[in-house]
Amino acid sequence: MPESPRSITRDEVAHLADLARIDLSDAELDHLAPQLSVILESVAAIQGVAGDDIPPTSHPLPLSNVFRADEVVPSLTAEEALSGAPEAEQQRFSVPRILGDEQ
Amino acid sequence: MTATDWTRRTAAELVDALAAGETTSVELTQAHLDRIAAVDGAVHAFLQVDTDGALAQASAADERRAAGSPASALDGVPIAVKDVLATKGLPTTCGSRILEGWVPPYDATVVARLRAAGLPILGKTNMDEFAMGSSTEHSAYGPTHNPWDLDRIPGGSGGGSAAAVAAFEAPLAIGTDTGGSIRQPGAVTGTVGVKPTYGGVSRYGLVALANSLDQAGPVTRTVLDSALLHELIGGHDPLDSTSIDQPLPALVEAARQGATGDLSGVRIGVVTELGGEGYQTGVLARFQESVDLMVKAGAEVVEVSCPSFVHALATYYLILPAEASSNLAKFDAMRYGLRVWPEGIENASAEEVMRATRDAGFGDEVKRRIILGTYALSSGYYDAYYGQAQKVRTLVTRDFEAAFAQADVLVSPTAPTTAFRLGEKVDDPLAMYLNDLATIPANLSGVPGISVPSGLAEEDGLPTGVQILAPVQADDRVYRVGAALETLLEQQWGGPLLAKAPTLDALRDGSSLASSGTGDQA
Repeated sequence: MPESPRSITRDEVAHLADLARIDLSDAELDHLAPQLSVILESVAAIQGVAGDDIPPTSHPLPLSNVFRADEVVPSLTAEEALSGAPEAEQQRFSVPRILGDEQ
Repeated sequence: MTATDWTRRTAAELVDALAAGETTSVELTQAHLDRIAAVDGAVHAFLQVDTDGALAQASAADERRAAGSPASALDGVPIAVKDVLATKGLPTTCGSRILEGWVPPYDATVVARLRAAGLPILGKTNMDEFAMGSSTEHSAYGPTHNPWDLDRIPGGSGGGSAAAVAAFEAPLAIGTDTGGSIRQPGAVTGTVGVKPTYGGVSRYGLVALANSLDQAGPVTRTVLDSALLHELIGGHDPLDSTSIDQPLPALVEAARQGATGDLSGVRIGVVTELGGEGYQTGVLARFQESVDLMVKAGAEVVEVSCPSFVHALATYYLILPAEASSNLAKFDAMRYGLRVWPEGIENASAEEVMRATRDAGFGDEVKRRIILGTYALSSGYYDAYYGQAQKVRTLVTRDFEAAFAQADVLVSPTAPTTAFRLGEKVDDPLAMYLNDLATIPANLSGVPGISVPSGLAEEDGLPTGVQILAPVQADDRVYRVGAALETLLEQQWGGPLLAKAPTLDALRDGSSLASSGTGDQA
């Protein structure tokens, strides 16, 4: 368990933004990092509130797998499914290159 | 102005007027469109107004009624829909640039049920981006203004729906409530809002913020109108695997029973932890007045303690960002929405395009929460933050269970303060988060809740609300007690609270504000 409560550094925010696939500018990092620190210090207060014997809740209602009848129903046409795409080609989503030059 | 101003009527009254042939759906839909044209430049409750679509639906409703076969009791009564629900053929932006101009190829189940029941859809209402916020100031298309004071926030995230109803631009609206986004706007605009039991209303087609917390529900001016709308949109939906496969309780009947004002035999629990420090004096005074009225009406009041509720806010701000960071990963610039090519990179890769798009398309609050969620889910921190939050969520639910063993419903102020000024908290996330202090526990445990107007705070003359919570699947209780409190308070006021709100009629006459923006995404 990490030490608590802790703040978050500008470099850490940059790393997290990288993981979340968001290009943050230097100005945005300067702005957001201190705010995130304050929030994190505040929410860190829950560490130690619940003991090991408390089960976690992931969902408000107890549900197990839910199945519906296997019936054929109308679905979107290819044209409808592609209607919001930034770019489409030959009934497919057209995307930028996905491999690097060296790959 | 026509002799009869249909916009001032409740939905239940419009149902009667339509049934009696006193008006047509086209006439009253047009009346609301006219009202939108007159005041929405200043209120900015709508991101999109669908004049032609609404009138066509109204005309079809009139034809059904003339043929003696209305599709539902509410057939022909117009409605506004929060812009987080997919509407086929009508733009759905979630208040975000990343979805600007996106036209869904399908309807959310809630929207499909509205259409099947014949309610003309007036348009889509403004909201904090992806429902993240308590003021609508995080909308990428500019804030909504509170009809009680145009310099103040209408609450959020569903400030557009609440303001539309409060400003008589729509008799009914749909909201969504993840941490209070239906109830808190209700409180600060003097309107009624209901968060149904989690799973009571389908989430299919509701763009997910935090899928274990999100719930769509009614936004109206009266408790009865909410019950009418809730019965129409609620119930099992096979397209939502978290939808409850059981019939709804009799909600309209409960609202009518409550409207008699009798609360004999009802045990009401006042939650110790949802009051006191951090709550505005006038909010607490109005709350106490409501409790006293309920006692006079025969209710038995007990004080109940829910000690884990003090950790609910921190729990919520770990669980919500964690779920949101996962849910918003789908905005990758590939299948729908914005695509931005990064500057200065030749032949950019999909990943580079995705990064540039998410930077340009998301606002500050969305970025804050995605990063916070990414942190909470990171290996090494998962157990200390997200895992711990899930355990505290269990404790909150246990507190509710213990409290509901002593009381039929729980009550508290809905929001700790009245509407604050636009801009006051927009760059102070923690201060903004505190607005949801009293509403969040219900979302963590899935219990239903209503906010009912409780009067005006003495110090600023702005609306306050009382929140009534009931056990899971006992939504009928919030309607019974809510309707009773509404009756008792209106007897005291001599009419509805909204009768005291500014009419905004001055905006009708050619003011520059009134002529700008309505109907466009501004």
